[in-house]
Amino acid sequence: MSPVISVSAVTKTYRSGQIALHEIDLTVEKGEIFALLGPNGAGKTTLISIICGLVSMSSGRVLVDGHDIVQEYRAARAMIGLVPQEIALDIFATVEDTVRFSRGLFGRHAAPGHIDRLLRDLSLWEKRRARVIELSGGMKRRVMIAKALSHEPDILFLDEPTAGVDVNLRRDMWGIVRRLRDRGVTIILTTHYIEEAEEMADRVGVIDRGRLILVEETAALMRKLGKRRLSIMVQKRIEAIPPALAGWPLRLEAEGERLVYDFDANAPDTGIPRLLRDLGAAGIDYKDLETSRTSLEDIFVGLVEGRA
Amino acid sequence: MSGLNLPGMWAIYRTEMARTRRTVWQSVATPVITTVLYFIVFGGAIGSRMQQVGGVGYGAFIVPGLIMLTLLTQGISNASVAIYFPKFTRTIFELLSAPISSTEAVFAYIGAAATKSVLIGLIILATATLFVPVRIMHPGWMVAFLLLTAVSFGLFGFLVGIWAESFEQLAIIPSLVVTPLTFLGGAFYSIDMLPEPWRTISLFNPVVYLVSGFRWSFYGVGDVGVRVSLAFVVGIMVLCLALLWWIFRTGYRLKP
Repeated sequence: MSPVISVSAVTKTYRSGQIALHEIDLTVEKGEIFALLGPNGAGKTTLISIICGLVSMSSGRVLVDGHDIVQEYRAARAMIGLVPQEIALDIFATVEDTVRFSRGLFGRHAAPGHIDRLLRDLSLWEKRRARVIELSGGMKRRVMIAKALSHEPDILFLDEPTAGVDVNLRRDMWGIVRRLRDRGVTIILTTHYIEEAEEMADRVGVIDRGRLILVEETAALMRKLGKRRLSIMVQKRIEAIPPALAGWPLRLEAEGERLVYDFDANAPDTGIPRLLRDLGAAGIDYKDLETSRTSLEDIFVGLVEGRA
Repeated sequence: MSGLNLPGMWAIYRTEMARTRRTVWQSVATPVITTVLYFIVFGGAIGSRMQQVGGVGYGAFIVPGLIMLTLLTQGISNASVAIYFPKFTRTIFELLSAPISSTEAVFAYIGAAATKSVLIGLIILATATLFVPVRIMHPGWMVAFLLLTAVSFGLFGFLVGIWAESFEQLAIIPSLVVTPLTFLGGAFYSIDMLPEPWRTISLFNPVVYLVSGFRWSFYGVGDVGVRVSLAFVVGIMVLCLALLWWIFRTGYRLKP
């Protein structure tokens, strides 16, 4: 695989003096789905905006399929489609016209067949002659996607694509994303829905306070950090973990009402039977047991809090 | 992809012209009605009591000034709205992310604004011929002034649109700067009719040069030399282009 986007030492300091990005290095491979995770204000949108040409970087370099985004902006930008976080449309134009406009703006000659297919795929066909102002919020978002795909980009940026989106559109959107990926389109998305990144993305990057703190294959990340957790609700509150259990990596939570034990479900010995016997021997009764998987969210929160 | 982004320029031009068609009454009928009102008031009611100015009947005398006035206000309002509105609705992200150069985008936007101004100018000219005898002594110069003014004030409007951060700011330049300058720019009189020091002060008003040159192309008389007028229009255009070049180089009010 060859990198389709390579970001080297990109920094951004806004005119206000606010540092949005500290030396970001990132490569995105051709055809992958890359998810950028991070809390609000972490720099996700700034990074995307720099690659797409909406924000000028303070220093560093970005190559899109080998084209420098500043010197060879035409070649670089022609490959990119962007669906920004906010809906921004010419509300007086018709759906069909605004989608055609986008295709032209990106230097492509009219292709009615492609536009028609796009409108059908996005369930906009019936509304193609309606003015944007007449559409619902969900339909407007579909128009934003149609515009971004109008020039058949090789790279698609989706900034918070499912924030405030209904179930149907979310399902349709992931359907489209999968189909695009099958056609070899590279997709970079930012999301707050960590389950989505987990489900959709090949790789995940975590960005926090302007620094890219982790880039990992989603599966490997889950394997490496995706431990399971046993929560033991004790019958009677305990003040401290008894010395007899000192050998176990236990944590006391919920004001002494819950013992937490993290274990590796893939290990030959999870240690659970021995732990339960030791609990009994130490005189600790329990009323409930619960196991859960540590999600990408836990990993993420752990990473971000670990840096606080 | 290399070379010009012609489909991109065409897309912008077409969309801008479509905007005009959508608002055809406001865009075309308003200036025509306004002009007819001017003719009734200045040409009919007052003009009948006025002497000839420079050998030209008063009604015919004000025709070039009226067209100039419309070119200025229309050029500024069209181009400023064309760029301010995408900023306001945030649809400008698409323009900034597109493989189109600033020059190409300006060319398309100004081309559309100028097309509209020139069309309205010609409609007013046609309307005027219904009221007064209009003759054009120097058609070549007339077309040159028409085009250059439409383009220059399109560029000026574009600058206003980029600068403006609110609808109030968008309206302030045309209403507080351009309208007074136009009314004091000799559209309805020759500055020779003014007493000193107003005559000399008028020479600092750029609109005087535009109206004078344009009127010269009609009747062969002007307040200032036609070449001076031409130099003024070109000067305004160059100044606007230089400012635009600086804006796109620094990303002023377009890119954070």
